[in-house]
Amino acid sequence: MTTDDVAIVGIGMHPFGRHEGVSGMDMGVSAVRTACADAGVEWSDIQFAFGGSAAAGNPDTMVSKLGLTGLQFINVVNGCATGGSALFSAYNSIKSGMFDLGIAIGFDKHERGAFRVNTRSSGLGDWYGESGMALTTQFFGMKINRYMHEYGISNDSLARVSEKAFRNGSKNENAWRRKPLSMDEVKESAMLSYPLTQYMFCSPGEGGVALILARADQAHKYTDTPVYLKSAVVRSRRFGSFEVMAPSVALEHNAGPTVDASAAAFEMAGIGPEDIDVAQLQDTESGAEIMHMAENGFCEHGEQEHMLAMGETEIGGRLPVNTDGGCLANGEPIGASGLRQVYENVLQLRGDAGERQVPNNPKTAYTHVYGAPGISGVTILAK
Amino acid sequence: MGKQVPVAEGVFTWPSDEPRLIGSKCTDCGNVMFPTQSGCPKCSGQTTETVELGRTGTLWTWTVQGYPPKSPPYAGDASPKTFEPFGVGYVELPGEVKVETRLTVSDPEHIEIGMEMELTFVPLYTNDDGDEVVTFAFAPTAS
Ligand SMILES: [Zn+2]
Repeated sequence: MTTDDVAIVGIGMHPFGRHEGVSGMDMGVSAVRTACADAGVEWSDIQFAFGGSAAAGNPDTMVSKLGLTGLQFINVVNGCATGGSALFSAYNSIKSGMFDLGIAIGFDKHERGAFRVNTRSSGLGDWYGESGMALTTQFFGMKINRYMHEYGISNDSLARVSEKAFRNGSKNENAWRRKPLSMDEVKESAMLSYPLTQYMFCSPGEGGVALILARADQAHKYTDTPVYLKSAVVRSRRFGSFEVMAPSVALEHNAGPTVDASAAAFEMAGIGPEDIDVAQLQDTESGAEIMHMAENGFCEHGEQEHMLAMGETEIGGRLPVNTDGGCLANGEPIGASGLRQVYENVLQLRGDAGERQVPNNPKTAYTHVYGAPGISGVTILAK
Repeated sequence: MGKQVPVAEGVFTWPSDEPRLIGSKCTDCGNVMFPTQSGCPKCSGQTTETVELGRTGTLWTWTVQGYPPKSPPYAGDASPKTFEPFGVGYVELPGEVKVETRLTVSDPEHIEIGMEMELTFVPLYTNDDGDEVVTFAFAPTAS
């Protein structure tokens, strides 16, 4: 039995979606204030911050609005794992014994439409984007197309994941897309990157999340319902994995960073996939949720077809997945996305998830983010 | 009438009677990479040699780009009115590497994982000098 080191004692969120006239950073500030109120602390009590944003400014400048208290504030930029990396850093800052109380912050605000490719920042030539490649949507279309071919996943399963996401999103007052869609509506929307249609993809969006972390032995000073961080892991890709922004891929195959991050997180937590009561998995598109169910160890490759048809990943199912509607219903403000998943899990473990509460008093929860250029972050929470 | 020019130097041999993609091979472990690069992601070796890659292979996976990519960076026709969807895939070059490429085909009915493919070139746009800028693509092998 491992002792608990770090607890989440306060959470705050600015609703996701599109908010004209509100800057990304202001959404971050709003989330921080809500999280402080939730934990019953003042901003001046916070000893350190890790803040992440990909496109909405340097997070450390938000202290000019929150208060110039002199705290240690470190900016985190790590692609789609930015939020997960901020949380990892905050977790270890407390676990190391250096600090007692700190905050992980993520916010973002992206332009409309698919993410614009910047091949140079990825160390690749301009010709790659000029030629019509290097789109993340293409990568996801190609990865799930190969996966469907290898493991017999159907188009219906892709539509089923989206239908679930928008149904769960309709029960989430902070979600962006709150209108349920039928499987047929999902399938009949515009084909963006075969076999994936418009409603199978999430969109870049806006939002902010803040999480206050404390030493576990002091958690009850701040909350009656502490949620303990059992593990936080970030892994990059190994040779042979198939990743976004890759002009070539090795002939030999490696399972990828999600498999590595998941295995390390379970080992650190001392539990296995069968012990998890609710999971938030990266669903950049509906196929990603399906592949990530297996990559995170929750089933064998191909079993998802049956699990989805039986409703096992619904809120009332055996393993509820993406109970807040995931990226599909919330959009993906890169800096905030990974922290949104943790926020949702804290609500679920506190029993505060309202209409979308997972029944039977869930005790353990799992989050997984994945993104360019082949990076995964996993956390395991327990109460 | 202008001439045909490559989208970038050093990506494929040009001009050439039979152009080929240009990659790198690790002098320590033999790992093949595309495009050229100086270090090896497999063995961390620090020296590579430039090699011309094979012209034929099999389709490992594919998709169809169904909407105009943002321009820039896309240099082809990105006008919503005239944009034509195009195929994109990875072609497995035997004994070498899987290369990401445009496909000359875009109808899902006519694309299949495992199909035989060969290297070709497609026009991308006309530059300010009136030259036709071309990039590489793979086409189903005529049987
Ligand atoms: Zn090597």
